[in-house]
Amino acid sequence: MEYFVQQMINGITLGSIYGLIAIGYTMVFGIIGMVNFAHGDVFMLSTFIALIFLMALTQVLGLGSLAVALFVVLILGMLLTSLWAWVIERLAYRPLRGSFRLAPLISAIGMSIFLSNLVQVTQGPRNKPVPSILGEVITLSGGDTYPVTLSYKQIMIVVVTALLLVAFWYVVQRTSLGRAQRACEQDRRMAALLGVDVDRTISLTFVMGAALAAVAGLLFMTYYGVVNFNDGFVPGVKAFTAAVLGGIGSLPGAVLGGLLIGLIETLWSAYFSIDYKDVATFSILAITLVFLPSGLLGKPDVEKV
Amino acid sequence: MSTAMDAAATRPMATAKLAAALKDALGTALLTLGLAVPILALRTEQNISNELILQPRWGYVAIAVALAFSARFLYLVAPAAPARPRMLSLPRGFGRVLSAVLLMVLLLYPLIALALTGKAGAVKWIDNFGIQILIYIMLGWGLNIVVGLAGLLDLGYVAFYAVGAYAYALLATSDPVKSFMADWIGAGFWPLWAFWICLPVAGLMAAFWGILLGFPVLRLRGDYLAIVTLAFGEIIRLVLINWVPVTNGYAGVSGIPRPSFFGLPFNDSEGGFAAVFGLEFTPLYRTIFLFYLIVALALLTNWVTLRLRRLPIGRAWEALREDEIACRSLGINTTNTKLTAFAIGAGFGGFAGSFFAARQGFISPESFTFMESAVVLSIVVLGGMGSQLGVAIAAFVMIGGTEILRELDWLKRIFGPEFEPTQYRMLLFGLAMVLLMIWRPRGLIAFRAPSIFLRERRLVRAEMVKEGHG
Repeated sequence: MEYFVQQMINGITLGSIYGLIAIGYTMVFGIIGMVNFAHGDVFMLSTFIALIFLMALTQVLGLGSLAVALFVVLILGMLLTSLWAWVIERLAYRPLRGSFRLAPLISAIGMSIFLSNLVQVTQGPRNKPVPSILGEVITLSGGDTYPVTLSYKQIMIVVVTALLLVAFWYVVQRTSLGRAQRACEQDRRMAALLGVDVDRTISLTFVMGAALAAVAGLLFMTYYGVVNFNDGFVPGVKAFTAAVLGGIGSLPGAVLGGLLIGLIETLWSAYFSIDYKDVATFSILAITLVFLPSGLLGKPDVEKV
Repeated sequence: MSTAMDAAATRPMATAKLAAALKDALGTALLTLGLAVPILALRTEQNISNELILQPRWGYVAIAVALAFSARFLYLVAPAAPARPRMLSLPRGFGRVLSAVLLMVLLLYPLIALALTGKAGAVKWIDNFGIQILIYIMLGWGLNIVVGLAGLLDLGYVAFYAVGAYAYALLATSDPVKSFMADWIGAGFWPLWAFWICLPVAGLMAAFWGILLGFPVLRLRGDYLAIVTLAFGEIIRLVLINWVPVTNGYAGVSGIPRPSFFGLPFNDSEGGFAAVFGLEFTPLYRTIFLFYLIVALALLTNWVTLRLRRLPIGRAWEALREDEIACRSLGINTTNTKLTAFAIGAGFGGFAGSFFAARQGFISPESFTFMESAVVLSIVVLGGMGSQLGVAIAAFVMIGGTEILRELDWLKRIFGPEFEPTQYRMLLFGLAMVLLMIWRPRGLIAFRAPSIFLRERRLVRAEMVKEGHG
């Protein structure tokens, strides 16, 4: 029982990170119907940005308070990752809007290759061990055989994710930007006719997705304590699986899917085999798409003749 | 009088244009600075006690900013190029002549390489350039059947390449098969003929897997199909990694027998190729033979594709690509059509895979990552979907371009000895993919020759062709 509870805690932590990345996929797919392949690598880039800023603040500038440092890193990371996403959208995707459907996909794959290799070239191919932070744990149940622990990191991850989701939900539901996004999602041409700046809305969608990915990046870095230029693809695919499982285009779906994927992955590694945990995720992706293409919370795709 | 006025009027305009360009370029430079600051300016390095430290490298940032500034400025100031004609009007039969010339160059390539670089240099040029590019041309042509003709977006093509490679490698090195063959036919038989027997087996195996993976995804379309095929490709790779008793995991399969010249091994033994033909022994013969072997396999792929396009099944593929619903209403069995496309495309991937295994003599799951699928798909799309010549040109440009970086040692003289051009191979590959796509979203050869026409054969521009809803 203790073992199970512990795995649930770990799964929810991991799932929060996936959920944050998944939102970027689901929003972009909702608004322009494109699988943003480079999103996983934008996430990976953000882990490096967070690492570099954290080190610059604590080692070079000698900032004493860890909480302040993390907060500054979070803000700077969100800003710079958003800037990257904005530039990428501007250079690689916008010229291809309205072109045939495969063109942005190929461009995104090219961008993904470019980003991961850029980080490899500039930062080196080795694993980067992150200086350990927030290592303290709270023991929830002091069972002698298997104590259930909850670390400060895990609390931080879940709390930050929850807060951001509330803020994000507010933006999408209550602001004019969110209204423009939902309008573009339904009918881009009609939205343009009614005075919505479609290009700006799409750019901001990318920016918002990247900002959330940057948060996920910081959390991922503190949680795992290691970053690598190769860490974009697999978390990216898993987050995409989460988006698909929740119903692509649906924001609550992305979060739900993220939590489910996190739980499934953790429980699978705990009870079956850790070697095949990625196979489990990929199988869920395939099974969902084949048998339940609209996901858990998505709207079914109507085929028009 | 009027010319003086014109000149007076244009001068402020030119200055204004210049000023605007400067302002714009400054903005670009600022943006580059913002992008470059953490990732380029500070490198994380491990010191001796394994702690990360930051290493400032502001010089690189300055270079990047200066480059971005001047590129943007020149782009804005440069006079606009005259509008290109919408369509190149090439003389009749140009494509056929070009293909014939390219084929001649291809067939003479080993001799040209030999003449220009001598025996020592030729191995490298034939193997790294010729064979490497041709493998990708063959993969591109194989995938072209699935993506270009049938319009089924496949991001997991490397799975079939892997199936072909492992089918050959495992069959050729498995002890039961070896001892069975040794008992029944003779000890020398299997190492010599394994490749020729396993090549069709590997192709069939890959085609079988194509059908197997094709079945569940029949209902899916477009991007969803792409993602599921990606998932299958990754699953196969992960199984190859984790199923250690059979595949030997990360360590891979080594000691794969090399192909023989129809029973004559390429070694310096009595019955070897060189001895039988009265030649002096050199490993070059094997390389040249492998080159012609992959040429033959690639041309076979091309020939089969061209013939299939004229058969009912080929027409059904193209109809499926254009409009699946219309296809179904006209009574085309879309299930069979899709499955044959998957199977035939996968089969050629399997051939290419077993060739790859035979050429390397060693395979491991590292060679079959998603990146390979992405590269092959990008070759197909960059070439212009459905165009055989375009695929070949795209493979030549993309693979040849990245391979040539291995040869740029003279750059070290400019940038210093620690500069390693090969490091930038995939970086430039990704950048080239993006730039080529923006420059020509429809691919390099953006028109198609129809396989059936009324009275006159006219090229179809790619804008008229739909894609990938199948």
